[in-house]
Amino acid sequence: MSRILMKGNEAFAEAAIRAGVKCYFGYPITPQNEIPEYMSHALPEAGGAFIQAESELAAISMAYGAAASGGRVFISTSSPGLALMQEGIGFIASCEVPLVILNVSRGGPGVGGIQPGQADYLQVTRGGYNGDVKVPVFAPSSIQECANLIYECFDIAEKYRNPVVILADGMLGQMMEPVELPEAKGITPVEKINEVKPWAITGTDYHEGRNVVYSLRLDPQALEDHVNDMFARYAEAEKELVRWTDQGLDDAEIVFVAFGTTSRLCAEASEILAERGIKAGLIRPISLWPFPDAAFDKIGPNAKVVISTELSMGQMLFDVKNAVRGRWPVALINRTGGMVPSSIEIADRAEKALKEAGK
Amino acid sequence: MKTVFEPTKGMIPVDTSYCPGCGHGIAHRIIMECLEERGSLGNTIGVVPIGCSINAHHFMNVDMCESTHGRAPAIAAGIRRVHPDQVVFTYQGDGDLASIGTAEIIHAAHRGEKFTTFFINNAIYGMTGGQMAPTTLIGQKTTTSIYGRTVEQAGLPLRMCEILSQIDCAVFVERVILNNPANVRKAKAVVKKALDIQDARLGFTFVEFLSACPTNWGLAPNDAIKFVEKNMADYYPVRNFKTPEGF
Amino acid sequence: MKKKLFFAGAGGQGALAIGQMIAKAAMDEGLEVTWLPSYGPEMRGGTANCTVVVSDRPISCPLINDADVLVVMNLPSLTKFQSMVVPGGTLFINSSLVPETSNRDDIKVIEVPANEKASELGNERASNIVMLSAILKETGIVREETVRHEIEKTFSGRKAKFLPANLAALKSYLD
Repeated sequence: MSRILMKGNEAFAEAAIRAGVKCYFGYPITPQNEIPEYMSHALPEAGGAFIQAESELAAISMAYGAAASGGRVFISTSSPGLALMQEGIGFIASCEVPLVILNVSRGGPGVGGIQPGQADYLQVTRGGYNGDVKVPVFAPSSIQECANLIYECFDIAEKYRNPVVILADGMLGQMMEPVELPEAKGITPVEKINEVKPWAITGTDYHEGRNVVYSLRLDPQALEDHVNDMFARYAEAEKELVRWTDQGLDDAEIVFVAFGTTSRLCAEASEILAERGIKAGLIRPISLWPFPDAAFDKIGPNAKVVISTELSMGQMLFDVKNAVRGRWPVALINRTGGMVPSSIEIADRAEKALKEAGK
Repeated sequence: MKTVFEPTKGMIPVDTSYCPGCGHGIAHRIIMECLEERGSLGNTIGVVPIGCSINAHHFMNVDMCESTHGRAPAIAAGIRRVHPDQVVFTYQGDGDLASIGTAEIIHAAHRGEKFTTFFINNAIYGMTGGQMAPTTLIGQKTTTSIYGRTVEQAGLPLRMCEILSQIDCAVFVERVILNNPANVRKAKAVVKKALDIQDARLGFTFVEFLSACPTNWGLAPNDAIKFVEKNMADYYPVRNFKTPEGF
Repeated sequence: MKKKLFFAGAGGQGALAIGQMIAKAAMDEGLEVTWLPSYGPEMRGGTANCTVVVSDRPISCPLINDADVLVVMNLPSLTKFQSMVVPGGTLFINSSLVPETSNRDDIKVIEVPANEKASELGNERASNIVMLSAILKETGIVREETVRHEIEKTFSGRKAKFLPANLAALKSYLD
């Protein structure tokens, strides 16, 4: 397989097609517009279907219908659009229907701006859903990693029968990097759907008995049993889906914790700090839920401060403090609203945080 | 012995959860009879709404899914993309379709989605206990219009057939009334026609049922039927709005 | 080896396109690359810029604090960005549209009359390729034939009629 230079958003769309996606439903919102644009022609050419929905509410609903009836479904949006999709995501989780959602996030709150942001951390890891719902979230830091995750996440969503969110940001969506795309899997034909998804509503000619995809349980005991079933799967997911990378933790004085775009800035800030004689390490959570608490056990004896580095007012900070469990001081280096700090700014602020931690 | 009548296999043989005099049972049955008679029970996928008829999947003997409130037409559009050959329908009430779900129904019609929507108009929110709907008549008392709906407060009732028939890709639009056996038979013929037109993949098909809700109207079933006949049919004319050539 | 390049101009001047051509050519030559555009609501006439990083090692950060090479296609870009060139770095100025020169004396400044040369070659819109030619001659960052291959791919099909002027533009500094 040869490497091609592709814009992030186009590579993400192509990765989804190669994962055997049958349907994509989208609504225009910057900075992810190249995805519906690409899907509008490339997906029908691959044998799938595209609808430009009338709203994000409709897009997530179409996604639910297509996925409940057995299709592999991919949707994408950006932050305010994801807020609109919340209704559907919680419902789909309750209905135990698999779906992969890509959020190419931007600065908020409100309509906010269109430059890269990470202030959707709480939105995607905690969600605005009613009820007890968890959604696995993965945060790639390169176009290649994002394409690989999209390709893989359909299997994860189908295994756990739950929506999965991939949290990218405007920078990953808009930039270009060389990418090696995975092999095309092909779309599952209608008559084979129930072999892999026996629960799918395909028409009773295709399967034994009758299939119903539903969420309503008026009997509280039945509802509690259902939630417990979901949480049994979540407990498994919590063990199996934890992912992170780390570097330089053994002898680090400063430990950056950063995901996505920000982790790349921290990697360069670590080089700048090394030139100043300061050792910095990095924990890069790939799974945001489940959060990689175990990574923090690898931090070495020289650590003076753990720094959550974010494009938000400190949303991951909660999870970082929870994972640190009081073992080290925790600091925050952040910009928000679409502002992206330079690696020099991060290095300077980290040096200051190190001095303050030493006091 | 010769069998002169048997219940349709399209209905699961259980008691429905609907109130005495409610129109849902009749509407369910004629839709299911049509699907059985045309041999479609095995290749039909239905979408139920939020409202009393969320329970329809306990009674209709086909594959079904629930929907978020008002989104059934978008959900059916998604199903249609995976299943180009199946019979697909949504079954929605007036709160679901004419209030929270207006965007979805308008755009399903606008795209000419190849499925059928069965719209049960009983001029009230049933499941939540009798609140005013967009279709509630002027003067009609509900729990959120206790002195009767007024134009000043809530505007005039929304006529969905009249709206949808303006949309070019909605190819079949008809309003029927469930008030007596003759009209129920007529309604069944309309359902059959809508499904035939869906089969021909000509565009969006829509059947509105004027239907009684005695419980929330606070009327005895017979009086509720009279209300459908007199008050509802007066404001919501029972007629065909649009039929494609050849049907 | 790691080179940081920054291209700026008005929307439609092709600054992003030549950044992309260099990035693609570098990738074809086996190097690691990132191309990062500014993005916003402007389609034409607004400002447009992009950052290209080329390295023989994996690139951690596609954002840059300073540039080894800065290419400015119009005056506002010169004013706004000339301070980001590292001492000893190179600044390319489209002198056809930029009446001023740089206020920096610690960098190498190359003035390229890109629009005039492109007009002489029969298509003023190839001014960015004239600039690209000057960049290749001065920096040698990628090989001419790799870039020519990219240009041939870009100007194919419906755009094939623009290929001769653009190939001529690529030659303008390289013969």
